[in-house]
Amino acid sequence: MSAVVKRFPLRLDTKGARVDMTHGSGGRAMAQLIEELFLKHFDNELLRQGNDQAAFDVSAGRMVMSVDGHVISPLFFPGGDIGSLAVHGTLNDVAMSGARPLYLSAGFILEEGFPLADLDRIVASMGRAASEAGVPVVTGDTKVVEKGKGDGVFITTTGIGVVPEGIEISGDRARPGDKIIVSGSIGDHGVAIMSSRENLEFETTIESDSAALHKLVDKMVETAPGIHCLRDPTRGGLATTLNELAMQSGIGMRLLESEIPMKAAVTSACELLGLDPLYVANEGKLICICSPEDAERLLPIMQADPLGRDSQIIGTVVEDEHHFVQMETLFGGSRVVDWLSGEQLPRIC
Amino acid sequence: MKYVDEFRQHTLAKQLAAAIRQAADEERQYHLMEFCGGHTHAIFRYGVQDLMPDNVKFVHGPGCPVCVLPIGRIDEAIHLVEVHDVILCTYGDLLRVPASGRKSLIKVKAAGGDVRMVYSTQDALKIARENPDREVVFFAIGFETTTPPSAVALQQAKAEGLKNFSLFCNHVLTPAAIQNILESPEVRELGSVSIHGFFGPSHVSSIIGSRPYEFFAEEFQRPVVIAGFEPLDVMQSALMLIRQLNEGRFEVENEYTRVVSREGNQKAQSLVADTFELRRSFEWRGLGLVPYSALKIKKAYEELDAENRFTIPVSQAKDVKGCECPAILRGAKRPTDCKLFGTVCTPENPMGSCMVSSEGACAAYWSYGRFRQPAQQSA
Repeated sequence: MSAVVKRFPLRLDTKGARVDMTHGSGGRAMAQLIEELFLKHFDNELLRQGNDQAAFDVSAGRMVMSVDGHVISPLFFPGGDIGSLAVHGTLNDVAMSGARPLYLSAGFILEEGFPLADLDRIVASMGRAASEAGVPVVTGDTKVVEKGKGDGVFITTTGIGVVPEGIEISGDRARPGDKIIVSGSIGDHGVAIMSSRENLEFETTIESDSAALHKLVDKMVETAPGIHCLRDPTRGGLATTLNELAMQSGIGMRLLESEIPMKAAVTSACELLGLDPLYVANEGKLICICSPEDAERLLPIMQADPLGRDSQIIGTVVEDEHHFVQMETLFGGSRVVDWLSGEQLPRIC
Repeated sequence: MKYVDEFRQHTLAKQLAAAIRQAADEERQYHLMEFCGGHTHAIFRYGVQDLMPDNVKFVHGPGCPVCVLPIGRIDEAIHLVEVHDVILCTYGDLLRVPASGRKSLIKVKAAGGDVRMVYSTQDALKIARENPDREVVFFAIGFETTTPPSAVALQQAKAEGLKNFSLFCNHVLTPAAIQNILESPEVRELGSVSIHGFFGPSHVSSIIGSRPYEFFAEEFQRPVVIAGFEPLDVMQSALMLIRQLNEGRFEVENEYTRVVSREGNQKAQSLVADTFELRRSFEWRGLGLVPYSALKIKKAYEELDAENRFTIPVSQAKDVKGCECPAILRGAKRPTDCKLFGTVCTPENPMGSCMVSSEGACAAYWSYGRFRQPAQQSA
């Protein structure tokens, strides 16, 4: 008898085949999907061990952990797809503590009938995003739900990382007098998603800003270890994230509308759709709150990085018992910039 | 897209603000009603009130289609979904408007009702074509601006022989409502509300023109300026109203000349005339029954009229107790006069319709203007 028996005599058909219930049943079909699709794109030593968990040594210090579910529609959009987004989203959540992300996990909920070609494309994009970020996907899970009980694919990723010593970044640390920095133009992701929605298609050159920010954060904490708050303004946009921070820190904010970076195409699209760009989602931007001295030091460092090129100081933290975020409008008046109420658009990430 | 920033320039705003301060007579008050919620939104979003002298005040009017829709009409739409099992297509704003029995279309949707948010009448027609075995109803709402697309939908459905499509008509008319406000006892007899002039809604006038306002400018001696929706439009129009009042003129002037003509869009008007006719009376939240203030579908299109196709019990729902939406819609009260404002009624949990749409006065106050009344808020 020949010693070499191929585990799977027929290769997984990632051109024409579709996800079926056997892909989640724990049997041979699932094993093949993992080996020929997930492992192919995520390949790394820990994953290849084939255990139900990844075991690794930990360094001393403070660790952070964050989880993010991704249910975006449509799955593919200008500037990214659900795969790259699932990697960037979680890496950014980890990085907003000042941590260096180390490992990722990925859980997939697949809908019966989902084309394997699309899955292959998504997982390839995830693999690329993870390897560019230098953070491997070391453990994963796959479930299949019956047709009609999911929407193609949902991806949940978890990330862990380690905070360098002496870094104490938290949403409750903003203090009156602090400066508020945003790392670039706002609203790009939300507008890119809208432009590719089936019932809303319009032509725009805007691409999602989806990107992993941990390397930028690395440079920032090296320059200014005393940064008070970092947060990425995803769902609910800049306005909602600033309100979260104001509430958490028990302070108010004064913004200058004229300083908030915004692309003309985003402004136009929002105008057309009746949306306020301040509430439109971002996936590759961060808000940094720090002392005025740190802000002076950080701005050139951030602007020298491609992901922070358009960084701007957009306002100041003030005392305010009502925790209002107020803005001096371009027009010369002032207004409250409130929490997002309801939702501007469903399923953007 | 061009001409977004041009009408929001700070330097021009400053110049206009100076001109308004100079023109406004310190001895008198200028209470200017912006009929339309689009203006209310612009005034708050850009902080236009901050640039006005103290004696020039904006009075917020009823021109928000979601706000003036009586609870009963939402109840009736819910009936269509729950009892007649239709696919109800509606604009997003309407989903959150509270109906009777703590229901709303969004809650009905969550409970399994087939309510779909659409962006145009064309989306609704498409849904009807794709679901030939289901009844599809479009919840038509809005002032004169949104009527022509409904008219087109009716004509298209008729031409295509689309048997499963119908339209639940809630289109209302602006001039009738303004006249009703001016005839209300608060303005006429009690004098508790003073409205000295009107900003005319410009998108409405892009369809109907400026002419329909000429009658009541004359009759009620109130100047009207058809105003665009950008903040500079609003300021320029305020200046035009102040000048008219100073000179004792009561005319219809047009600030929004880049779009509006005296006669309006005659093609759109004839489309509407072909498909719709006046309703003898229609209930407005805040104004009550207003004669000849709304449209219904003409007999020639009656098979596309949801009110004709389905038996819908008339709902006599009442507003939530304590809700001041009616008085706010007439300009008789301000949102902060309402006990529910910001306590139990917020955009997350609206009790009255003015808190739902971003064009509603309460939502605008809450979202953009709260800091002006911090004392009341903390109380």
